[in-house]
Amino acid sequence: MSATGIGAAVRRKEDFRFVTGHGQYTDDVVRPGETKAVFVRSPHAHAKIKSIDVSAAKSMPGVIDVLTGGDLATDKIGNLICGWLIHSKDGSPMKMSAHPALAAGKVNCVGDAVAVVIAESTAQGKDAAEKVKVDYEVLTAVVDPAKAQAPGAPQIHADIPNNTIYQWHLGDAKATAAAFAAAKHVTKLDIVNNRLVPNAMEPRAALAEYDEGSDHLTLWNTSQNPHVARLVISAFVGMTPEHKLRVIAPDVGGGFGSKIFIYPEEVVCLWASRKVKRPVKWTSDRSEAFLTDAHGRDHVTHAELALDAEGKVLALRAKTIANLGAYMSTFSSSVPTYLYATLLSGQYNIPSIYCEVDAVYTNTAPVDAYRGAGRPEATFVVERLMEVSARQMGLEPADLRKRNFINKFPHQTPVIMAYDAGDYLASLKKAVELADVKGFGKRKREAARHGKLRGLGYSTYIEACGIAPSQAVGSLGAGVGLWESAEVRVNPTGSVEVLTGCHAHGQGHETTFAQLVSERLGIPFDNVSIVHGDTDKVQFGMGTYGSRSGAVGMSAIVKALDKIEAKAKKVAAYVLEAAEGDIEFKDGKFTVAGTDKSAAWGDVALNAYIAHKFVGADLEPGLKETSFYDPTNFTFPAGCHICEVEVDIETGKTDIVNWTAIDDFGTVINPMIVEGQVHGGIAQGVGQALLEGAVYSKEGQLVTGSMMDYTMPRAHDLPSFHVGLTETKSPSNPLGIKGCGEAGAIAAPAAVINAITDAIGSEDIAMPATANAVWAALQRAKPRQAA
Amino acid sequence: MPAVSMTVNGKAVSGNVEERTLLVQFLREHLRLTGTHVGCDTSQCGACVIHLDGIAAKSCTLLALQCEGASITTIEGLAEPGGALHPMQEAFREHHGLQCGYCTPGMIMSALDIVRRNGNELDEHTIREQLDGNICRCTGYHNIVKAIAAGAKNMPKVAVQQAAE
Repeated sequence: MSATGIGAAVRRKEDFRFVTGHGQYTDDVVRPGETKAVFVRSPHAHAKIKSIDVSAAKSMPGVIDVLTGGDLATDKIGNLICGWLIHSKDGSPMKMSAHPALAAGKVNCVGDAVAVVIAESTAQGKDAAEKVKVDYEVLTAVVDPAKAQAPGAPQIHADIPNNTIYQWHLGDAKATAAAFAAAKHVTKLDIVNNRLVPNAMEPRAALAEYDEGSDHLTLWNTSQNPHVARLVISAFVGMTPEHKLRVIAPDVGGGFGSKIFIYPEEVVCLWASRKVKRPVKWTSDRSEAFLTDAHGRDHVTHAELALDAEGKVLALRAKTIANLGAYMSTFSSSVPTYLYATLLSGQYNIPSIYCEVDAVYTNTAPVDAYRGAGRPEATFVVERLMEVSARQMGLEPADLRKRNFINKFPHQTPVIMAYDAGDYLASLKKAVELADVKGFGKRKREAARHGKLRGLGYSTYIEACGIAPSQAVGSLGAGVGLWESAEVRVNPTGSVEVLTGCHAHGQGHETTFAQLVSERLGIPFDNVSIVHGDTDKVQFGMGTYGSRSGAVGMSAIVKALDKIEAKAKKVAAYVLEAAEGDIEFKDGKFTVAGTDKSAAWGDVALNAYIAHKFVGADLEPGLKETSFYDPTNFTFPAGCHICEVEVDIETGKTDIVNWTAIDDFGTVINPMIVEGQVHGGIAQGVGQALLEGAVYSKEGQLVTGSMMDYTMPRAHDLPSFHVGLTETKSPSNPLGIKGCGEAGAIAAPAAVINAITDAIGSEDIAMPATANAVWAALQRAKPRQAA
Repeated sequence: MPAVSMTVNGKAVSGNVEERTLLVQFLREHLRLTGTHVGCDTSQCGACVIHLDGIAAKSCTLLALQCEGASITTIEGLAEPGGALHPMQEAFREHHGLQCGYCTPGMIMSALDIVRRNGNELDEHTIREQLDGNICRCTGYHNIVKAIAAGAKNMPKVAVQQAAE
């Protein structure tokens, strides 16, 4: 392994600009003549718009125009879409409501955009926005997903009865029922997977510019996938033909899924910039982000596990109500279905599984993928069922797991996924060792002497990543393929640019992708640059989410590098006056086999462009190759997290005293970056388990509407983490990469809640397990342990 | 519109601002120093931290006019003119104390203030407690803590301020 090759903890190229304040985020971009957009948003969760009077606003200082949903419809701008078609049990397609970028006659959640002010400054825009008069007829709101389908509940969208989007299922209902009937032990749990606000530190922003001379639109946008944004906005929203729209996603300050989706604001900015013939910029306030960024999670689940007398799992069944909010966001339909139910086998050999999911509308913000997207929800169900089953049956939680681990691969689960490689016992053993589980009893007794309850919780998680094989997801309703693209461009001077369809918003691709290229071509790490985020520069790509950039994005680069090597050898054959078949390439040098004749990389690169030495017409000049790589399977990162907590009996406050994570990510390109991804994921999972929760009042007001009331994890809420790796390479991509971006967020919540419930001796606790909630649970139950 | 003058990163600057213009807006929009970031609207997140007369302050919670005559240091003012990074900046890179980079300028400016008040030998507990006003969504803080401890050690020795803040 070289100092900058695969497996090296290379320091990041992107850091210099970030630590010196020279990053270029969307709000940092300033265009000549730029105007600011300020949205007028509904203060009601559910209301009819009787009229909008913009006349006072229009005459305010600095106002260029004030536009409404009526103007949008007149200009025939189309609606936003959800791009994954899910069918109900009865075969009917999901019921997708209209979702205009500015409300058309009705508002369906607090924050729903009703009008937009275009002004010289944000301050002037805000002043004018306050003067827009909207006459609302307030309607009763429905907020609780468990009540959205009740008879008499307010109907949010016309022609969508019972606010039901789809009623979907997966698995074998009959076989599962039979297994439950024969079971010796059945564990039942009612679980709420609490609603979260992603809160990437950079708020969303959109800057649109119209070039009247060429009828061309440019959009700078905080997007994780600029090409997808371009496709949706051109082809589905109908803003302009695809080739007349450029989307640039510059430095983006975190995404976690929330910046995948195409939102109303970028659509409105583009439309407005063409109308006012000046650039239009919108940057979200944090309070605005709370209301309008797609939220995450929000499942209500009843789950059951059937076991035999020895603790062998026979079956799992679950019924979930998934809250998708007021409108279906871009990928929303897939998250509680194919990204959730397909992971309900966990790491275990479960013969029968049956899962039903009802997705519903409520008068809340749209809900869509958020780090883990369906897999944290699945892992929480499975790992809580396993832990509670162990306790109820008097078995050690680790032993119950070991008894049920899959240990032969490939393993076909009853829920579509076929796990191709893994060693769950290895990660469990290593985690148990690193966490010093043996010493826990002693630590628990010592803590009890000081009025603290210690608890230990496991989470042996698995996820499906490297999203995704196009044929597989296409057959399940996805509207797009989920392959990835790479163009490797060798310059005449021998430096290399890689144009990748992935996007980095913290993951360090400029470094990790360069490590791969540098090692493969034997050229210095500094001679490789990675280009992403601009649809004018980079061929179509699907972006970054679902832990796919390593497994899918890097595989595309590998395939392109294969083509580069093949062509370079042809060029070298001319340079070295040898037969192509005799050329070998190693460590940046081309040699003629069995001789000492060689040519350096730089020599061959230059010759490819000079082409003086090419004989005949069979070889084109140039050295640039493209690959579109479609993975053959999902990848299956998996591992074991062990959380040890100390609960204060007096206050209910939980301290995480130790966190151990052993993860199998297959091949690791940069261990420093991989560990960073695990740390960040764990922090978000701990946030979900202990601190975070988006709460709406029954009238649909977002009570947790800012960082004052929504508790973001801070440094003192978290410990330092003990992380390590095991490795079983993924057989489904050339590098053997599984991916690591979401693992921490997937594993962590179950580990925390398993630990707290162990500490307090009661299962009666819901997320977030705040000090108040834990204290209340303690009052309701007697501690299990003897002092 | 009233005029305001101050020194930013050693340079005298002035401008005309509305009374309600925040210091962070003056820095970003008038002076085009976009390294200082806005991450929230309730003074929680710390992405906007700068130094005001040598002390860390949240520029989202200061009016530009309040800073008349003050000496402001932003993230852009830390590195040497020749490009050599400040030891704290270098430590963040060495220890992977950043991912998306958005909270990073505020983290670094806060870190310098932690050193000013607590000295060069910082323990984990102190750093974590002192970062209450800086939120990161990417890193889980593990490497930020390591970076700050290392950066503190590599900075010139400070005399610890004993007075209560």
